[in-house]
Amino acid sequence: MKRYRARRRRNAVAVSVCAGATLLGLGWVILILLALLREGRSGMSLAVFTEMTPPPGAAGGLLNAIVGSLMMTALAVALGTPLGIAAATYLAEYGRHGRLRHVVRFFNDILLSAPSIVIGLFIYEILVAPLGHFSGYAGACALALIVVPVVVRTTEDMLLLVPDPLREAAAALGLPRAAVITRIAYRAAGTGMLTGVLLAIARISGETAPLLFTALNNQFISVDMGSPMASLPAVIFQFALSPYKEWQALAWTGALIITLAVLALNVTTRTIASARSRK
Amino acid sequence: MIDVAEAVRNRMPAVTALAEKISVRGLHFYYGKNHVLRGLDVPLYAKRVTAFIGPSGCGKSTLLRTLNRIYDLYPNQRAEGEIIMDGKNILAPEEDVTLLRARVGMVFQKPTPFPMSVYENVAFAIRLYERLPRAELDVRVEQALRRAALWDEVRDKLGVSGMSLSGGQQQRLCIARTVAVRPEVILLDEPCSALDPISTAKIEELICELSSAYTIVLVTHNMQQAARVSDFTAFMYLGELIEFDRTSTMFTAPRDRRTMDYITGRFG
Amino acid sequence: MASSLPVARPALGPAFRHWRAFDCGFRLVTLTATVAVLVLLVGIMIALIKGAAPAFAAFGPHFLVDSSWNPVIEKFGALAPIYGTAVTSFIAMLIAAPLGLGIAMFLTEICPTRLRRPISIAIELLAGIPSIIYGMWGLFVLAPVLQNTVQPVLIGLFARVPGLSALLAGPPYGIGVLTAGLILAIMVLPLITSVACDVFATAPAVLKEAAYGVGATTWEVFRHVVLPYARVGVIGAMMLATGRALGETMAVTFVVGNAHRISGSLLAPGTTISATIANEFTEAVGERYGAALMALALILFAITFVVLAAARLLLLHAGQQTGQRP
Repeated sequence: MKRYRARRRRNAVAVSVCAGATLLGLGWVILILLALLREGRSGMSLAVFTEMTPPPGAAGGLLNAIVGSLMMTALAVALGTPLGIAAATYLAEYGRHGRLRHVVRFFNDILLSAPSIVIGLFIYEILVAPLGHFSGYAGACALALIVVPVVVRTTEDMLLLVPDPLREAAAALGLPRAAVITRIAYRAAGTGMLTGVLLAIARISGETAPLLFTALNNQFISVDMGSPMASLPAVIFQFALSPYKEWQALAWTGALIITLAVLALNVTTRTIASARSRK
Repeated sequence: MIDVAEAVRNRMPAVTALAEKISVRGLHFYYGKNHVLRGLDVPLYAKRVTAFIGPSGCGKSTLLRTLNRIYDLYPNQRAEGEIIMDGKNILAPEEDVTLLRARVGMVFQKPTPFPMSVYENVAFAIRLYERLPRAELDVRVEQALRRAALWDEVRDKLGVSGMSLSGGQQQRLCIARTVAVRPEVILLDEPCSALDPISTAKIEELICELSSAYTIVLVTHNMQQAARVSDFTAFMYLGELIEFDRTSTMFTAPRDRRTMDYITGRFG
Repeated sequence: MASSLPVARPALGPAFRHWRAFDCGFRLVTLTATVAVLVLLVGIMIALIKGAAPAFAAFGPHFLVDSSWNPVIEKFGALAPIYGTAVTSFIAMLIAAPLGLGIAMFLTEICPTRLRRPISIAIELLAGIPSIIYGMWGLFVLAPVLQNTVQPVLIGLFARVPGLSALLAGPPYGIGVLTAGLILAIMVLPLITSVACDVFATAPAVLKEAAYGVGATTWEVFRHVVLPYARVGVIGAMMLATGRALGETMAVTFVVGNAHRISGSLLAPGTTISATIANEFTEAVGERYGAALMALALILFAITFVVLAAARLLLLHAGQQTGQRP
């Protein structure tokens, strides 16, 4: 009986420790989100979206940063998504039983978790140093390198979920292999692939390190991607570490904007996924 | 309990000249190192229904999949021998597989509607081969759906997703899709095994109707279905063809001992 | 009905000639894309080596153990950043590993089913928050709290303990190596939790039911049935998290203090490889300065590559044991 009580005690301790860990984890989430809301909300106003970043001590907005981020994100997605989908198509359709697949999957997963600052330096070496100046294009390329592994992984997983009998039925009608993939497999895996792209966008929305040495930053609004370009993360980096109160406030507002965008994308992804499974 | 002999007599084809649409000669098939079909020789007569029966694993589905070379999709499956259709060996490497599959259609065990609307499922197949104006396309789609005995049930909901139909309807949709491209041969791989008895009866009726215009090859594990529906039956066992005969003869006076045992339920 | 079944051969031929070309072309395009992904990875390594070459040429292997960092006389050494990277990651794993495993155990074994999804979604939110936001939160919220409350307590508590007093000595700056480790711990926590949850779920339900059936407690089932199944996977998850912590830049840059020195105390400021690069690269003048930073990046890439490769191999092995891909 004593032994039994000891066992029950140990179990109770273990369970409460785990519950405590969970509360701690949840606590961090709440603390961070609350701080973000508290600090960022006070700076939130229409001016944030309509005015450029100000010089120290003056009031202003984040327009150039937002525009820069949107442009570079759009280009990054446009570059990275087709490459990622094409590679995933080979892995899931043509190369399913080959050695190449194992190698590429392995390296893709490493690229997925590689430090993003290294990617920034790589693009610096090949796109900034030779040309002699920073540019929005270089920034978009760095972000594209982060998009590619995410899209490859999710697209491959989604394509593998499409049942083979569906492909056989299409082939049995006389559809050539490429058409079986583009007209049937892509269509069946469509929403899953879209989810992958949304996840990639969420991932690059907050990436700072790759932009530091590629797009640099720009005080003024610019849509010329051939020259340095502002981005929300880079502006936040500069403003947060400065001693000026207005700049710090703007940094918090920018942080809030990014977080809201990322959360919105995550929620969208989840809704799409659950709508698909319900169908 | 259906009187098999009676059912068979009712299916006796009219006396017309028998032409061999497809001749399988010396067919061997390998999954990697596994030798699963051993020297098959079997004739498939034009505009008749030929059924393949046999216990699980005897190779009947494998044989079906060589007739439209769907096994080509998989790297470690290969076939040796000859399958002659209209004078040409379809196993020859220079044979155009896409054209072959236009002439030889296939319906699978599990219904496979494409992720599109009912109309699109059929129209998709037609559009692969012909460019038709919308009005003509509508007519062809309706024809195909009528041939598959599905038109009356879907005429008001052509726009719904093919995957929202019932199992039996989905299978008939697949049949409609297959006949829409106007093949010469239709292969059916246990088409009713995933369906309820009422859908099964509808599809069996369909097979009888279709056989007046198409050559039909049917794989089934249900002997009564073979007896009800086919003109010729082939019994396979462990990758070999044991017996091939008119259905009426096969079920009343089989020649081989093993055929008799299988038909009477001693094994299988 | 039967008589209206025309069986005409469809008009074929010309349409299919270009299908064959499309087929070949499509396959070629996808194959090229796949090879391109490989080439990218190799390209990154080559670019880093090329950029770092002048530094290794000037300093040789001594670079790895030199702790000086003087841009004026152009003398650089990687020891301080490497030390900082290692220590912050170590602290992060020390804190995050038990926490993450505890949360994973809670979610898979103890948590009532209704609460499972909301809680795991909440924890996953931590993963979605970009690292620069962690940095800001760390600098403006956590650091002052540590400076004013926690760190003085720690210093006072261990002032007389012989070994630990040196470890936790010094003025409470608020920022420093310990703070950076703490922030990193929060960042890798969701990763550990989600991979551990997946791995714990692979333990067969029948075995767990058999154990419960003989009267084992929740903790005993977890320890003797689930954990043995999950051992390899858990190690893989830890290594994955370590790889992530090693490469983390923005969060660490805000709170690590950016001081190029190795100090015995965890409460002192230090630096990591990624923080050094982030802070100094754009102002690095002189070929050697830039090359030294590139060399740091090469070292970081090499370390994370090895750790991540080992993690993937372990997780692959664990997945093979149970037939799943983690």
